[in-house]
Amino acid sequence: MAESRSGRRWSDSPSTIFPDYKSSIQRGPGKAPISVPGWDRSLSLRPVWPQLPEGDADLTANGRVNGDPIGERILLEGGLTDEAGRPVPGALVEIWQANAAGRYIHREERHPAPLDPNFLGAGRAVSDAGGSYRFVTVKPGSYPWNNHRNAWRPAHIHFSIFGAGIAQRLITQMYFPGDPTLPYDPIFNATADAAVRNRLIARFSMEESVPNWAHCYRFDIVLSGSAATPFEEEQDHD
Amino acid sequence: MTDLPGFGRMNPKDRGGPHDYLYPDAGSGPVSAGPTPSQTLGPFFAYGLTPGAYGYPLPEIHSNDLAGPAVAGSRITVEGQVFDAAGVPVHDAMVEILQADGQGAYAERPRNDGFTGYGRFGTGSEGPGGDKRFLFRTIKPGATEPGAAPFIAAILTMRGLLNHCITRIYFPEDALAQDPVLAAVPEERRRTLIAEAIGPGHYRFDIRMRGERETVFFDV
Repeated sequence: MAESRSGRRWSDSPSTIFPDYKSSIQRGPGKAPISVPGWDRSLSLRPVWPQLPEGDADLTANGRVNGDPIGERILLEGGLTDEAGRPVPGALVEIWQANAAGRYIHREERHPAPLDPNFLGAGRAVSDAGGSYRFVTVKPGSYPWNNHRNAWRPAHIHFSIFGAGIAQRLITQMYFPGDPTLPYDPIFNATADAAVRNRLIARFSMEESVPNWAHCYRFDIVLSGSAATPFEEEQDHD
Repeated sequence: MTDLPGFGRMNPKDRGGPHDYLYPDAGSGPVSAGPTPSQTLGPFFAYGLTPGAYGYPLPEIHSNDLAGPAVAGSRITVEGQVFDAAGVPVHDAMVEILQADGQGAYAERPRNDGFTGYGRFGTGSEGPGGDKRFLFRTIKPGATEPGAAPFIAAILTMRGLLNHCITRIYFPEDALAQDPVLAAVPEERRRTLIAEAIGPGHYRFDIRMRGERETVFFDV
């Protein structure tokens, strides 16, 4: 039997076309997505990930050439759960970001801020049996973009998450608490409900900060759907 | 002010002033419980999500080749372009595919033949998608459920897209009439989900974000 679809929570999502974010005007689909009576088991079947390279979750090390990257080292931790609050183990969590000066290594980036020879700005992790992930990185800088005059993206870290199946795909961005540019950012504000979009802001955790080493930010992520694979199955290949 | 080192690089007229957009108090106030909202992946994802294809130094863990030498099945190539509302091909989209093997079985754990059923391609302007195409080498999937037609699921995301889009790639030679998902799509839009055969084992599947032939996306 086909599994019934879960459907996305559109009330908890940004507007697909949000005119203040100019790229969305030409690129958002014009028609509403179609509900289906069922999909198939890939809806809640986790794809197979290859073994991640050693140290892939430490962005202060995986781009190292001859020293530490410049910037404020941070721990970035969080838990993945489904809408029912159950942990999502085995999810692929990929992050990418600008360096501390607000510069991405992408070749098409033109912001006149320095590259950091010891910082790549991308990392990956797989959530553990309790649904937790952990990265070490540096706090990214804000960077300018061309959406409008004097447009600055708030400091943010991009997240790509693939949980248990297609229904648990999420691509998002994490922001930092107290960022003064958040009220000016059309991407952050494309989600209309303030209490919903505030889920995108990490929480500073003094409890999990490490003395003489790094601040900790927590970013807990709730994936839509509640079609987690049974835990017994996870133990086979974690 | 202009005697400050470096300040001459900046034109004071370009500073500050009334802002085009302002969402007062954004970033403060309460947080509700629920799913984390989606955001665009932005323009600079290639070095993190599809690094190998673009020559970035992060080791590649996904590719666009799903049909390794040990994988059984009929070899196919699926390529296409993503067109925006103005019909312009998109040069910074990422297409992911997920599919079953030739027998209709998904890879549920690492397999001896190396088949994962999952692949990625970025349509970036300087990598293999320099012509703004995506391309996958894979095998023809089998039907995953009785009565359903074989399909490849595709997930689309790009700069400017605040919520990812999910569609299905069907094949023109298959019996499609009984497929329950196709049946849920208005008849005049079904053709947007069926790839075009452009050669032996070679298919084209274009994705259109707007217009008369706007691709059907599903609410999953």
